[in-house]
Amino acid sequence: MSEDQINPAPPVHSDPAAHSRRVFLFKLSLALNAAVGAVLAVPLVSYLLGPALKKSSSIGAWIPLGPLTDFPIGETRLASFRSPVASFNDGDTANTACWVRRIADQEFQVFAINCAHLGCPVRWFAQSKLFLCPCHGGAYYEDGSRASGPPERGLFEYRYQIANNALLIHAGDMPTLATQASCKPKPLIQIHPATPQSAESTSPRSSQWPA
Amino acid sequence: MASLKQRVLDWLDLRLGLIRPLTDAATHPTPVNSASWLYVFGSAATVLLILQVVTGILLALVYSPSANEAWASLGLLNHTIPLGWYLRALHGWGSDFMIAIVLLHMVQVFLFGAYKFPRELTWIVGVGLLLLTLAMAFTGQVMRFDQDSYWGLGIGASIISRVPFIGAPLVHLLLGGPILGGATLSRFFTLHVFVIPGLLLAAVAVHIWMVLLHGVSDWPMPGRIVRRTTYQQQYHELTASTGIPFVPDAAWKDAVFAAAIILAVMACAFFFGPIGPSGVPDPTIIQTAPKPDFAFLWIYAVLAFLPTSLETPVMMIAPVLIIAALLLLPIFAGEGERHWSRRPVAVLLISVIAVTLGIFTHLGTYTPWSPIMDAWTSAPIPPSLLLNRTPLERQGALVLQDKQCRNCHSIAGAGGQRGPALDAIASRMTEDQIIRQVLQGGGNMPAYGNALNPSETKALMRFLMTLRGNNLAPAIDASTHLTHPTSSPPKP
Ligand code: FES
Repeated sequence: MSEDQINPAPPVHSDPAAHSRRVFLFKLSLALNAAVGAVLAVPLVSYLLGPALKKSSSIGAWIPLGPLTDFPIGETRLASFRSPVASFNDGDTANTACWVRRIADQEFQVFAINCAHLGCPVRWFAQSKLFLCPCHGGAYYEDGSRASGPPERGLFEYRYQIANNALLIHAGDMPTLATQASCKPKPLIQIHPATPQSAESTSPRSSQWPA
Repeated sequence: MASLKQRVLDWLDLRLGLIRPLTDAATHPTPVNSASWLYVFGSAATVLLILQVVTGILLALVYSPSANEAWASLGLLNHTIPLGWYLRALHGWGSDFMIAIVLLHMVQVFLFGAYKFPRELTWIVGVGLLLLTLAMAFTGQVMRFDQDSYWGLGIGASIISRVPFIGAPLVHLLLGGPILGGATLSRFFTLHVFVIPGLLLAAVAVHIWMVLLHGVSDWPMPGRIVRRTTYQQQYHELTASTGIPFVPDAAWKDAVFAAAIILAVMACAFFFGPIGPSGVPDPTIIQTAPKPDFAFLWIYAVLAFLPTSLETPVMMIAPVLIIAALLLLPIFAGEGERHWSRRPVAVLLISVIAVTLGIFTHLGTYTPWSPIMDAWTSAPIPPSLLLNRTPLERQGALVLQDKQCRNCHSIAGAGGQRGPALDAIASRMTEDQIIRQVLQGGGNMPAYGNALNPSETKALMRFLMTLRGNNLAPAIDASTHLTHPTSSPPKP
């Protein structure tokens, strides 16, 4: 330590070795904090991302919609169920609706209520045999295929099975373009505007997607 | 005893150290030409933010952020808690006013070129403030946990689900689980009450600090060019020669305007009352036509008009481009003319954006693209259209009603506007063209081939062919005349 009278700097600053040692210690403490922070962050971030880390194919369960007699052959009826993945605090929001179309005795189509465009609730009109969406005017034919409007594909369909004379569907995720795992596997893009052939032949549209 | 006040201030300043810097900041000299009624929007937005914080805290005393109870607690506020309705109304209208004032502030700053050197970062933080304000509005709409809020969130989830590859995890992250429910409300409550307000207040502090640091921008003059090398010296000369203390000489206008705005919020709240809630958020109630809040109506309209094939790219790319353009504006246009008369592109841009947003918002208020779901049973056919018609034609009118055509097509102004009005359809399309359009569909029209039997089609056609507006000539197919030279075009 060189005590210089001409330059009376504070003694703490005047020892370069001590200063550089303290700078080093400070940097070391920063590194230590970064390490502790990283260890702290891992569980915090995985807590935050928890919902996103679940595989959507693993979500959901089979749930009964009611006896087969509730669904007359040739008609499309609204059915509702309590979501099997509901939690204690979901309230009314866990009530879910779906459209059940009974084609034949053992043959069904169960459509999600959510429009394939942006998820608004579609409504069935039996007289014109169309599902219409109130949001942007999307329309679907009775077999769920796209008729017109902004949707780029047909309605989402639930897998179904028949057991003990009752209709069961597999429900889980809220159906969107990305989370339709609990619904039918269907091609993602299915744009076919209303073309002349759809009027002449009903077969291309009434293709079924049995479970 | 004036010296007592001074003594208290001195005592405080010695210990707190903030009195003098705050006084200096408040009385900093500002160019006399910037003490204008057009420079009051920023402070009004700040005052509105304080109103939102205070009313928000008061609402949180009663509101229950649980999907079981949220909707009922809004009813409690509206109907049972004394003045609860008024607090909800203040908070709701305050949010609408805040968005409007923030936008006005932004337009003023843009048109006055006030974002240029050295205030570029002030603008960039301001863009962040706009986004945070909009985020507050959206999350606030979720707090009003009703049907619109439920389906609005559903639309949000559907948009996010279109992100390539990570769509599903993003949806789950947004919803907090596989379905839209209690977890969703909890996380939006957290955003609305803790996260975004914290960011907002911090960003406002930074924003105001930079305003004080660089001073209020002077009134632009044509020909007075902003240059990085000279601007600050010019500004200091200006404030030295024409400066007036911000408080009180310039700030009284801010204060008057802020008071007027708060009064306007109070008046709207008192006379128009709280916004919503609409029906219970029960997704099995499908008799609903969800609609977003006013500030987001234009997005709703854009989503209805985008062609299907463009939709996902536009949803993913447009927001990024818009935000990037706003953020980069001062970086690329940090120098040059400030006066609007020398910046025609800026004026044009603002006009085009304002007109576009205005039109889309207006369209969003009456949603001409949405079918009117009950028009087929509620929209009448005027008796004049049925007068002197044959039984078959009248049967056709019944088919038209029964097959829900009116949900998308209007007659005499009643019915949906998704498709063209039918009042004069037979003067625009020939029978063949109408039949083809009805049975095969096309454009925005579904095919009715499966829903109409031949006799229904026949009757429908007979009725539609009578719809010729004010007795206009029926449409003719010019090509028929060319290919069958012998047959003459039908007489009107
Ligand atoms: S949500 Fe159904 S058309 Fe847009």
